[in-house]
Amino acid sequence: MEILVLAKQAPETAEADLEITRDGADVEREDLVYTINEWDNYAVEEAVRLKEAHGGEVTVLTLGDEEAEDVLRRGLAMGCDQAIHLNDEAFLGSDPASVVRAMVKALGERRFDLILCGVQSADQGQGQTGVLLAQALGLPYASLAVGLKLAEGGLVVTRELEANTLEEVALPLPALVTVQSGINQPRYVSIMGIRKVRGMAIEAHDAEGLDLAGQVGPAASCLAARRLALPETGAGAEILTGGLDAVCARAAGIIREKGGRK
Amino acid sequence: MSGILVIAEHRQGQLRESTLEALGAALTLIPAVGGEVVTALLADEPEALAAPLLTRSPGLRLLAHPELKEYNPEFYLPALADLVAGMAPALVLLPHSSQGLDLAPALAGRLNLPLVTDCLGLDWAGGALTARRLIYGGKVVESLTLKPAATVVATLQAGAFAPTPEGVAPAPESVRLTDLAPRHPRRFLRQLAAAVEDVDIAAAEILVSVGRGIGGEDNIPLAQALADALGATLSCSRPVADMGWLPKSRQVGTSGKTVRPKVYIALGISGAFQHQAGMKGSQTIIAVNKDPRAPIFAVAHYGIVDDLFKVLPTLTAAVKA
Repeated sequence: MEILVLAKQAPETAEADLEITRDGADVEREDLVYTINEWDNYAVEEAVRLKEAHGGEVTVLTLGDEEAEDVLRRGLAMGCDQAIHLNDEAFLGSDPASVVRAMVKALGERRFDLILCGVQSADQGQGQTGVLLAQALGLPYASLAVGLKLAEGGLVVTRELEANTLEEVALPLPALVTVQSGINQPRYVSIMGIRKVRGMAIEAHDAEGLDLAGQVGPAASCLAARRLALPETGAGAEILTGGLDAVCARAAGIIREKGGRK
Repeated sequence: MSGILVIAEHRQGQLRESTLEALGAALTLIPAVGGEVVTALLADEPEALAAPLLTRSPGLRLLAHPELKEYNPEFYLPALADLVAGMAPALVLLPHSSQGLDLAPALAGRLNLPLVTDCLGLDWAGGALTARRLIYGGKVVESLTLKPAATVVATLQAGAFAPTPEGVAPAPESVRLTDLAPRHPRRFLRQLAAAVEDVDIAAAEILVSVGRGIGGEDNIPLAQALADALGATLSCSRPVADMGWLPKSRQVGTSGKTVRPKVYIALGISGAFQHQAGMKGSQTIIAVNKDPRAPIFAVAHYGIVDDLFKVLPTLTAAVKA
């Protein structure tokens, strides 16, 4: 089974104190720690598990700067066999449709039985790339997979709906599936593991080589402008202040009173 | 191009509330956009589902076909492609749901239309759409202004727009579709209920809820100790269930459970929108987080800005005192 998995780099922001640049165009990136997008990590793990179960090869593809190569090395360390890097400043400011255009060009005549990627990214969270790529390649697809198995002469995908509900859909292969977080428990990647794959070749592409001049970046984007701001805090919570003991005593009092635990 | 097309959503024989929210957004925008608001309801028997729309949507297009009983993009897409081509709306609105997330990029891709997803706010000025959305897990607000385009597709975050009240009573236009050609044989197999549960978190009076900040499975007993001292139930946010630190049945949020306890204690939960949607109806919310700007504090009534691992033992002791 030949599998392609898309993975991008994203900053870890769950614990980060984010600031906006003075021009409002971006977040301050200096202190941010980058890693593989959480959803894509699940997708890579799922791809490698399918390979381990059914044979074949996994190719991991990213679009991003030099640093994004870490995502590919990480993927190779997890068990991917090939890596493709779309790396060009011209790709900066591309909208998802342009990103997909670049991917389609880079893939050329290559065909895969299955393409996997995360449902969305931890930074922009647009949730567009996977399904757009399926459309561009003319593939059947399913999004939000929390389960995936080969059956029914193709693939049976368990999709996560709202309110603790799931649905199963059947897809013929080849197909594209976007993977929801929690579908598996991704394996741990050690520094040693990444060292072992440092000699593996990475196939690199730039915009010119892919004949994408004018078809990527801000000029080709559907966006005219983008401004960032920190959310207004509004009324929000009453922050309990004082020493730790006093704060906790106050909180305990509130919980007992409001929770009917006198 | 003018007018707004709203794509209705239904599941298990019920029109979904998110449809009325999308319609509310459309009716708010329509004076600026111009033209008419039309809701498209695709189903095997759309008349049976249309009641809430009859008194709300100025235009109503009921598209009937046996294959539209359950959502399946292979049948939705050809029907909607024809509808969008015929109506040429300025805007197409869908809920940002498991269906909208599946359908909107495919529709936009197939018709080569710009798409903006998971919007919290929409403005229309000078023929261009500006969408407000949350990024970086709800920590940053992004305003995107799109280049003018014939038709723009947007998906709307659940709960972000007020559902439209009853009012107009249009005459729906029913169309029985005869020829819906899927490009691929994606098939709906079945809907599954949630897995068997050890405990029903929705029934708890007090929930002690842990998030990513709890750091690992080994620290769960710290939160359990607080829950035990209070006679409370332990619940969690999505990352905790994803990482297997607590079972999925304990997950609060859009894809998990909606809870409304007397007291909800959020420990190390940053408060992404999908989590807030599942707990903001709680009577009293107390949040503990070391990031004073964590989105959870916007919905909490009381906040403690401190290290969770300092607060937990002290709070447990205070509760027992």
